[in-house]
Amino acid sequence: MRRTFLALGLIITIIAAMTGCTRRGSNCTDPGGVIKIGVYGDLSGQTSSFGQSTKNGAQMAADEINARGGIGGRQIQLIHEDDQGEPGKAATVVAKLINQDGVRALIGEVASSNSIAAAPNAQDAKVPMITPSSTNPKVTEIGDYIFRVCFIDPFQGEVMAKFAANTLKAKRAAILFDSNSDYSKGLTRFFQESFIKLGGQIVSEQAYAQRDRDFSGQLTQIRSASPDVIYVPGYYQEVGVIAKQAKQLGINAPLLGGDGWDSPQLWDLGGEALNGNYISNHYSVDDPSPAIQKFVADFKAKYNGVAPDALAALAYDAVMVLADSIGRAGGTECSALRNAIAQTKDFKGVTGVISLNAERNAIKPAVVLELRNRQLVYKETIQPGGASAPPPTASPSASMSPSNTNPPANTNATGANTNASPAANTAGGNTNRSNTNTGAMNTNR
Amino acid sequence: MDTFVQQLINGLNVGAIYALIALGYTMVYGILRLINFAHGDIYMVGAFAGFFIANGMGLAGPSWGGLLVVLVGSMITAALVGMAIERFAYRPVRKYSRMTTLITAIGVSLLMENLFVARFGGQGRGFPQLLQDRAYHLFGNAAISKSQILIFAVSIALMVLLQWIIFRTKVGTAMRAVSFNLNSAKLMGINTNAIITFTFALGSALAAAAGVLTAQYSPTIDPLMGITTGLKAFVAAVLGGIGNIPGAVLGGLLIGVAETMVVGYGANFGIASTYRDAVAFAILILVLLLRPSGLLGTTVQEKV
Amino acid sequence: MPTFVKRLLGALVIVFALWAINAAMSKEGLFGVGIPLYQVDLWKMAGINVILAVSLNLINGFTGQFSIGHVGFMAVGAYSSAYLTVYATQGIEQQLAAVLGAQVAAAIIFTFVILVGALAAALAGLIVGIPTLRLRGDYLAIATLGFAEIIRILIVNVNKIGAATGFRGAVEPWPGRTTIPAYTDFMWIGIFAVITIVVIYNIVNSDTGRALVSIREDELAATAMGVNTTRYKVTAFVISAAFAGVAGALYGHWRLPHPADFTFTRSFEIIIMIVLGGMGSITGSVLGALVITFLPELLRNIPGGVYDYRLVIYAALLILIMITRPQGMLGGREFGFNWLKRPQKRSEGDEAVGGAGGVQIAERDDPVADKKQDKENR
Repeated sequence: MRRTFLALGLIITIIAAMTGCTRRGSNCTDPGGVIKIGVYGDLSGQTSSFGQSTKNGAQMAADEINARGGIGGRQIQLIHEDDQGEPGKAATVVAKLINQDGVRALIGEVASSNSIAAAPNAQDAKVPMITPSSTNPKVTEIGDYIFRVCFIDPFQGEVMAKFAANTLKAKRAAILFDSNSDYSKGLTRFFQESFIKLGGQIVSEQAYAQRDRDFSGQLTQIRSASPDVIYVPGYYQEVGVIAKQAKQLGINAPLLGGDGWDSPQLWDLGGEALNGNYISNHYSVDDPSPAIQKFVADFKAKYNGVAPDALAALAYDAVMVLADSIGRAGGTECSALRNAIAQTKDFKGVTGVISLNAERNAIKPAVVLELRNRQLVYKETIQPGGASAPPPTASPSASMSPSNTNPPANTNATGANTNASPAANTAGGNTNRSNTNTGAMNTNR
Repeated sequence: MDTFVQQLINGLNVGAIYALIALGYTMVYGILRLINFAHGDIYMVGAFAGFFIANGMGLAGPSWGGLLVVLVGSMITAALVGMAIERFAYRPVRKYSRMTTLITAIGVSLLMENLFVARFGGQGRGFPQLLQDRAYHLFGNAAISKSQILIFAVSIALMVLLQWIIFRTKVGTAMRAVSFNLNSAKLMGINTNAIITFTFALGSALAAAAGVLTAQYSPTIDPLMGITTGLKAFVAAVLGGIGNIPGAVLGGLLIGVAETMVVGYGANFGIASTYRDAVAFAILILVLLLRPSGLLGTTVQEKV
Repeated sequence: MPTFVKRLLGALVIVFALWAINAAMSKEGLFGVGIPLYQVDLWKMAGINVILAVSLNLINGFTGQFSIGHVGFMAVGAYSSAYLTVYATQGIEQQLAAVLGAQVAAAIIFTFVILVGALAAALAGLIVGIPTLRLRGDYLAIATLGFAEIIRILIVNVNKIGAATGFRGAVEPWPGRTTIPAYTDFMWIGIFAVITIVVIYNIVNSDTGRALVSIREDELAATAMGVNTTRYKVTAFVISAAFAGVAGALYGHWRLPHPADFTFTRSFEIIIMIVLGGMGSITGSVLGALVITFLPELLRNIPGGVYDYRLVIYAALLILIMITRPQGMLGGREFGFNWLKRPQKRSEGDEAVGGAGGVQIAERDDPVADKKQDKENR
């Protein structure tokens, strides 16, 4: 009995010691010194490849900033936390970063559900949060301290619908979506709306659940509807298997996807079955623009030759936008920093020129990439609200103009189509494109 | 018609995997009256063992010899893991109540899952494709792929082998004796501990085979892949009549087909395809309500 | 001092202490001093875990039935109560607020929806319990797990409660609140944790409790003694489910409920709490809940990847406890709350359940009896 009490006493002491009390009041003033920034994501759960990419991209940005002397002479420090990909844990982790580590800003999450769960804590504490890659519109609706540097689902769904209808000339589309993810459901909805508007027809709509490993039932139903294209807005974990099983069933219609496909691991899962499919993405690793090529080279040098996926690039941009805003705000005082981030305009990032609109969302173009022999081959750039911009020339490795993927400033005005390419191809650009095996993209992806 | 045949093939294919795993549940339950919660994770361990063997041998492309080595190697590895679990976790608690053994089994299951997550990460990894997969057209649109044929062929071969071991060998006779009455078997001079260990090894090897075969068909493996599959296989064992070997096979195939049919045709009856995972559990609750002994539970007396 | 005065005083002390802690946890703090919000989160979680663990202990620890789907009932409570606050109670709350003030109105509505959450979970418990509790314990285990999964799959497929996106508020075509109101503060959690402990404690120390323990010890013998085992098992199961529903309602009005928060991993976490604390010990469950809530956060600060292995450590601990000490950390012992006891039970109640070796969960080595039971169930 005595031992029990001892153990009990010990536990309670530990917990009490952890708890302690602090003075309440505004934590908004800049404490000076090293600027702490919290980065949270899934480092050990189902989608840990997302969290890992984000972490690497963010860390590289921070190291670069510190190497060139920090922000106004102040170094920045990233504190990485793992939320295991669970919404509840994401909220706790953000509370920890804010209250225990005293971070002045947050970068995260990838999955929209986790960002949505965690954002209220950031909003309440008036700690600005920039999500690098949560594309669900609801994320930034949570409050005026929540920002993002990527495009949103309605746009991404529309991009693929346009590509399917205009470039691939598809009339009949089938959809196979992940019913456990709001990302996938959102893309499905917006793809459907746009595709029907463009004169197409949805012939079959099937759902699966995350972690499923057998999709033959759904694919058989889709096959019997004989679609021209199959839209699969899922995450790479399932998509690789779906591509393989589609081939096993003898389905030859191309699969179309979103940025959730973009992971170095996709190729291990799907292999050859992935060839000839298309995804929409934030940027293309084989974009010849010097800024992007420098980023890709630096990243590979830092992380054992692994090429940066879109998530790493977005995390890099998020930290860069944040650092730029801290510089313009002259510190990390809550509202000054918030306003500085909100005023971000024409920031030249790796993933395009970033301008934030009144809803705190980035207005950016998307690229469509073709999957071919373990590479993501650039197909075309589609501007927000505008028509698609076909590839400039037959061989982008030779003469793709940087301004095409890094559109000029006025793209933040919705509806503006800023196709800078003078030599636009005729429609059906996918047929007359030769294989674009540039050295840069021939990575170990 | 061809769509229906296709769905039937798909369902039987999934069901064959469930059946292989269900055999392990049913054998262990027959002997120890223990729900071996960790059995689904043995299936996962088998798949990972295959992954590491294949990578260790540098197998990347298709090769029949490589596939055979990977299959046998992972079966042996899983058998060893199963024996170790029995020896170090289950044997010490065998004398305690059912509840204690059940919690231990859950503990072992959690240990394996979390150890693999902590060690290898929770994300899926691609399993090397050791089979040049292609589809063979049957008629109309119906097709069967090489990996599906492989699953059918190997699982039938293993089930025949199992049947032979249980009914035609000395150790099989001993297994049946132990499942009939452990204490009497002990009195008859049967080394019951050795027989129990052998049963675990046998069941684990079958689960590992299921793991490698699945990985050829859907090439993603991850540390948590055994949870749902394992539970469904358990439901298959209950459906067929737990402790009953033909029952486990029948239950597995039925659940596989039922799931696939819900995906394929559920929408016509207002059941979304995402209710697929609920099918097995709904069947379980129905079986418990209507016929707790399972489909073949009472008619066949021979149990292991 | 008369007992009832003592108990009243005790209740007052608890309420005052909760009020003070709650004030310190609020954004304004108590006299400007507050507990850091991160710890506030953890304490809230700890309180909810206490409710879950203590209620699960009634069925797993005291009745000896094995439920591993507790989180399913929590989900039922969370979603049913949140459904009401989002789609139904807003108008009534406004009317009440006009008369009684906003705070009182919110309190009345919240009490009501918590009760509804508890009722819904109890009903679910009844539906699962009646068919499965007739059967052997391990079938119950699988059936509860299956049930919890079915609930989760249902949630994922129903759009009106947010489906896989998580329930944040009214979903488009249906009018209602756009966000679930954050009623839950530490006061609510604390009060319901105390209520859970007191109610379960009194059940365990009543005639019903004796019947439950007799079922755990030997179901056949209990039947022979005239205990209607199925009825008692179902009763215990339903009560346990109801409290899980309360925990869910509290959780649902604090964090926005999301299907990913109600997976079976969470059920196992609750089982680890009660096994660690001791099956059949209420104080043990409380302790287990605190340890499992705070330990991982402590491990987070230790470098060298210990945090990554915390779940491995739990699992290994679980197996070790089962092998060396199947009755758990505290066994069936209780400590330090004799004052809560009903006075008329004093004579036999002083030795709390499980004292003096009454609770040994296991150590029955009687394969013959086991066999007999198997035959019967077959």
